[in-house]
Amino acid sequence: MKKYLVLVLAMLMVLSFALSACVPKAPGETPGEATPALGAEPKILRTNNAFEPGSLDPALAQGTHDSWVLDHTFEGLTKKDVDGKIVMGMAKEYKLADDDVTYTFILRDDIKWSNGDPVTAYDFEFAWKRALDKDLASDYAYQLYYLKGGEAYNTGTGSVDDVGVKAIDEKTLEVVLESPTAYFLELTSFYTYYPVNKKVVEANPDWAKNADTHVSNGPFKMTGWEHNATITLAKNDNYYNSSAVKLDGIEFTILNDENTAWQKYLGGEYDFLTPLPQAVVAQLKNEGNPELVIGGELSVYYYNLYNKMEPFNNAKIRKALALTLDRQTICDKIAQGGQLPAEGVVPFGMLDENGKEYRDGVGKLVEYNVEEGKRLFAEGLAETGFKVEDFSKFSILYNTLEAHKIIAQAAQEMWRTNLGIELQLENVDFQVKLDREKAGDYQISRAGWIGDYIDPMTFIDLWVSDGPFNDAKFNNPEYDRLVKEAKATTDQKVRMENMRKAEKILMEAMPVVPVYFYTQPYAQKPYVTGVFKPLNRYPYFIYADMNK
Amino acid sequence: MKKYLLKRVAMAIVTIWAVITITFILMHSVPGDPFRQESKMPKVVYENLLRKYGLDRPLSEQYIIYLGKIIRGDFGDSMKSRVETVNDMIRRGFPVSAFIGLEALLIAIIFGPALGAIAALNQNKWPDYISMIIAIIGVSVPSFIMGTVFIQFLARNISWLPIGGWGSFAHSILPSLALALMPLAQLARYMRSSMLEVLGQDYIKTAKSKGISNATVVLRHAVRNAILPVVSILGTVATNLIAGSFVIEKIFGIPGLGMFFITSINNRDYPLIMGTTIFYAIILVVMLLIVDIAYMLIDPRIKLTKEGR
Repeated sequence: MKKYLVLVLAMLMVLSFALSACVPKAPGETPGEATPALGAEPKILRTNNAFEPGSLDPALAQGTHDSWVLDHTFEGLTKKDVDGKIVMGMAKEYKLADDDVTYTFILRDDIKWSNGDPVTAYDFEFAWKRALDKDLASDYAYQLYYLKGGEAYNTGTGSVDDVGVKAIDEKTLEVVLESPTAYFLELTSFYTYYPVNKKVVEANPDWAKNADTHVSNGPFKMTGWEHNATITLAKNDNYYNSSAVKLDGIEFTILNDENTAWQKYLGGEYDFLTPLPQAVVAQLKNEGNPELVIGGELSVYYYNLYNKMEPFNNAKIRKALALTLDRQTICDKIAQGGQLPAEGVVPFGMLDENGKEYRDGVGKLVEYNVEEGKRLFAEGLAETGFKVEDFSKFSILYNTLEAHKIIAQAAQEMWRTNLGIELQLENVDFQVKLDREKAGDYQISRAGWIGDYIDPMTFIDLWVSDGPFNDAKFNNPEYDRLVKEAKATTDQKVRMENMRKAEKILMEAMPVVPVYFYTQPYAQKPYVTGVFKPLNRYPYFIYADMNK
Repeated sequence: MKKYLLKRVAMAIVTIWAVITITFILMHSVPGDPFRQESKMPKVVYENLLRKYGLDRPLSEQYIIYLGKIIRGDFGDSMKSRVETVNDMIRRGFPVSAFIGLEALLIAIIFGPALGAIAALNQNKWPDYISMIIAIIGVSVPSFIMGTVFIQFLARNISWLPIGGWGSFAHSILPSLALALMPLAQLARYMRSSMLEVLGQDYIKTAKSKGISNATVVLRHAVRNAILPVVSILGTVATNLIAGSFVIEKIFGIPGLGMFFITSINNRDYPLIMGTTIFYAIILVVMLLIVDIAYMLIDPRIKLTKEGR
């Protein structure tokens, strides 16, 4: 008899879990409430967003996985056009006063929120001040420090009334900056500058957490969000330019395994995919597969050298390391993702005062030159008294990831062959790496920087002596002066000239060793057209079309 | 009996408290914090974040605040998501993980012991070898390989099997299968050895000598007795299955709880680390308690002697 009892108990145990678990909800199978043209299949572009967004509130968003959705659902005063140029968005015109810091934006008349409310200048004022509120604790609040009094308000030393943004009336927004900023119109297209619907946000602080309360002003609106599974967007009929939007909707799954995502793309479950597994990029490239597109990217991969420590405080040693790293081989044979060998710290794709490629004006500031590298290294050793063997106690620090590991191994090998030094490799958690860099507890460490806005300054000002991400602890008064001067003017000629000079100084001192400029490879099915990729954003589907 | 139960429940609570305390100490002694990034984030913004999440207070104070919250059943806000609280994440993720886990458990319970029994009855003959080869593959091939193989060869070729993602029952088949293999193999091996032991017992010989048919001997006497030790490992096996597997959930893109165990640690998302760990500990403790109670009710040896008479 008691045997039965055991079986019954075992069954109960299983059953109790079955009950507690119930049947999990099936996430949005319905792709939004798009209204397709009569007789036509709705055009829903299916793709993958690798991670669950941390927030879909523009003020709180802080990464690509948030902003990719936001860039399709919101629009700022300005926006990026198909060719990457800044054009007017919610604003129809603007005026910059003679003081170079006072902007007056006039909003379009035909702009509405997805719930039908008109988009007003008050919404912008509210949104920007809200993002600067220290109690909201926005990670990206500092993107608004360009506003007069913005930093003071965010740090709690200033008042909200002194922040330089004010709605004069429903359609007029006056913005006062802390100092002249040549790329301010570029910034107003960035997601921290997106407006939010004042009425909606004030009535419901949790408005951005679910699709049914989410209100936006862009080409698409969110119609479904199954957390960690799918996000569905539908065309926003209230958008002023909705006639140019050809898709009926976009469906993002949230799946972070690159290989599985790639299999789904191959299996026809996605129309578009990025990022791609490294091996896939290499393979598609070799095949010359037309579905692969190598998009531009505003990002540089480099090695920090801890400039405060011997022997890395010696410029010749630092330069020797930079000269003996074969970037072409790293890009072609190791990274294989379409990366480009770095020629300095500022990536390709940004324009100078004459509308020409910025890099053409500075030239190749770092090259592969083993002979010169060896010579400098020998001189550096003599100056510092260090020996080749001493380097075996130093290590290349990187955060645990296969892609970083193979590059570190390649660098280790190149420096071993070219300079005869035996560096160690050390991998740690990303958060630990950041901690150690801040504490100066490293010798060589991997780092990367993605530009916040399209202007060389977003890279150049990393290495001012008090820069918050200057982990190499580079300190050069002339460099600081050039950056400061460039930041205080909107005269493009002066700015660009100063930045060119600054980058040359930097690459002469070589506090960091640039490795490559990132690219963003993506795959799209042959029937997908009209996708464009702004240099510093994920690809835009706003004008995309599908003709299956 | 009652006293024993009370003692066990008290022990369970102490265990969970110990888990909370140890996790809390370990988590805060690991370098790194949730808000550092590769960014130009000014110190003030960073401090605003610390203040918002109470990380600017002394650790002892944070610990007491945290214990207070736990008692009220509140795991707090995730430091990486402004969308869901830790309770939301567990409430949403656990049913998904548990669903896949139960499906896997069912597969393992149905096929594992059967495989083991077949092997034992045919000891050193080909069914034994085949079963044990399957078991060895199940134990030794990691689930991420199985998952990848399944996607590559099954999902890509069978049109109604989705490649990954979540939404319908079809989505759960491959991950459950990949997840079931390991416990299936474990159960098979346990069953085989326990069955072999039982088959050598005197009462089996007695039954046989009394002329009872072979099938009856196997089903009524051997399997039923042999399965008892197998039940004893079910507690741990079931807990591991339903709490979610990081690897399987990542490969198949399943929005379960398993992912959070790893991502929370990588992100130093303190409340989520605590939440998932405590939740897991509670399930484990409860499962073990149930198994123990089941065993206390019927000590198999007492029963065996009774059966033997």
